[in-house]
Amino acid sequence: MPGLERATGGAVLARGAPDMSLLEVRGLHHQRLRCCDFSVAAGTVATVTGPSGAGKTQLLRAIADLDPAAGEVFLNGAGRAGIAAPHWRRQVSYVAATPAWWGASVRDHFEPDQFDGAARLLDDAGLGAEALDWPVDRLSTGETQRIGLIRAVARSPQALLLDEPTSGLDEDSRKRIERLFERLLGDGVAIIVAAHHHGRLEELALTRLGVAPGGVVTRVAG
Amino acid sequence: MNYVVLDTGDVLIAAALLLINGAISVALALGLGRSLLVAAVRMVVQLALVGLALRWIFGSSSPWLTLGVALIMVGFAGYEAMARQEQRLAGAWGYGVGAMAMGFAGLSVTVLALTALLQPDPWFQPRFAIPILGMVLGNCMTGVAIALNQFLTQAKQNRHAVEAMLALGYPRDQALAPLRRLAARAGMIPIINSMAAAGVVFLPGMMTGQILAGVEPGQAVKYQMVIMFLIAGGTGIGVLLALLGASRRLSDDRHRLRLDRLHS
Repeated sequence: MPGLERATGGAVLARGAPDMSLLEVRGLHHQRLRCCDFSVAAGTVATVTGPSGAGKTQLLRAIADLDPAAGEVFLNGAGRAGIAAPHWRRQVSYVAATPAWWGASVRDHFEPDQFDGAARLLDDAGLGAEALDWPVDRLSTGETQRIGLIRAVARSPQALLLDEPTSGLDEDSRKRIERLFERLLGDGVAIIVAAHHHGRLEELALTRLGVAPGGVVTRVAG
Repeated sequence: MNYVVLDTGDVLIAAALLLINGAISVALALGLGRSLLVAAVRMVVQLALVGLALRWIFGSSSPWLTLGVALIMVGFAGYEAMARQEQRLAGAWGYGVGAMAMGFAGLSVTVLALTALLQPDPWFQPRFAIPILGMVLGNCMTGVAIALNQFLTQAKQNRHAVEAMLALGYPRDQALAPLRRLAARAGMIPIINSMAAAGVVFLPGMMTGQILAGVEPGQAVKYQMVIMFLIAGGTGIGVLLALLGASRRLSDDRHRLRLDRLHS
């Protein structure tokens, strides 16, 4: 780990201890993305801000390895190039702004051993455990968003890459989801969130990144 | 065999039927006259050439000539299958996936039929090999084209669902399996339908031809059954291989969905 930290130069967390870095991004770029080096410690938040279409989603997708990109991303010091992609994405989970469904009911999107955890999470999110048996084609935007998040959280990833996680939520739902975030952070999950308004996560953020049109990601003061 | 010999005059009389179509087209201003004529002339020229070619090919018993003709047929089938897809893979893959799948399926089924069932001597005699390969390829082509088109179109339409699975750590084979199932079903439906309807809704062309040529109906029926099974088997193998190839190409070793590899 010390070697890795040195390589990032001065771009290490200002407030987090370097040896606690969970996710580390170095030299990540492709045709529509050029990202500065940064790292996120366990239990901390990095925010990504920028105008629509600038490349916030591109950044999260590149970290999740959903788009081909040059550069390296490390999880607990291990480079993703040496980790099978499915395993990588189970640890570093990308949650799209509008989650899509492949099954008919909410339950189809969880593995059997995740049913209990999912029911608890649905309850926490204000949907109630019975939401497990809802058909997905009748979900509202806000329900889609919350269940899409829970679908990832129920799989216990180490890092969450959230794309506009609360944009379609009413006040009460947003507060419930923010409490869920705080609990996850307390458990040591790292969160990178891309949004126009980060709400509570803004206050918790240790790293702030800005995306300029063309996908140029830089560290924002603060 | 006691078949009735047709001469050129008979063909001309049959061709006269087209005049009726032409008259209808003129009377109702359908504007079909020209395309009708072109299609009829094409049919006559193409079949006459094929007749000449077959006469020459059947005259030889060279395995190399048979193989050469077989490969040309596979080549054309590959092109046809590609041309029938609204959505296809970019570059050489757009042609290659279908052609390889059909080539393997068609040739292996034909070789099986020749060596285990019909057993002509020598087994590669073009008079047997070419018609069987032609029937298997013709149907396999339809199935493969439908399956590939369905798979690639669905992948594009459902990219968010596929990527949702990938993002949660499902391997590419699992994320693409639902699309592959849909596509395989679509590709197999034509042959399933034609097996189900054979003899009831229509008399298969080969059987009809054999009966006209004086073959005893019982034998003609057995031939037709064998051919139907060969076609069904060949189509199944071809569809499966084409879908496996296409899903390999539409994803990469980092388990990403690569829609950028679609022909735009």
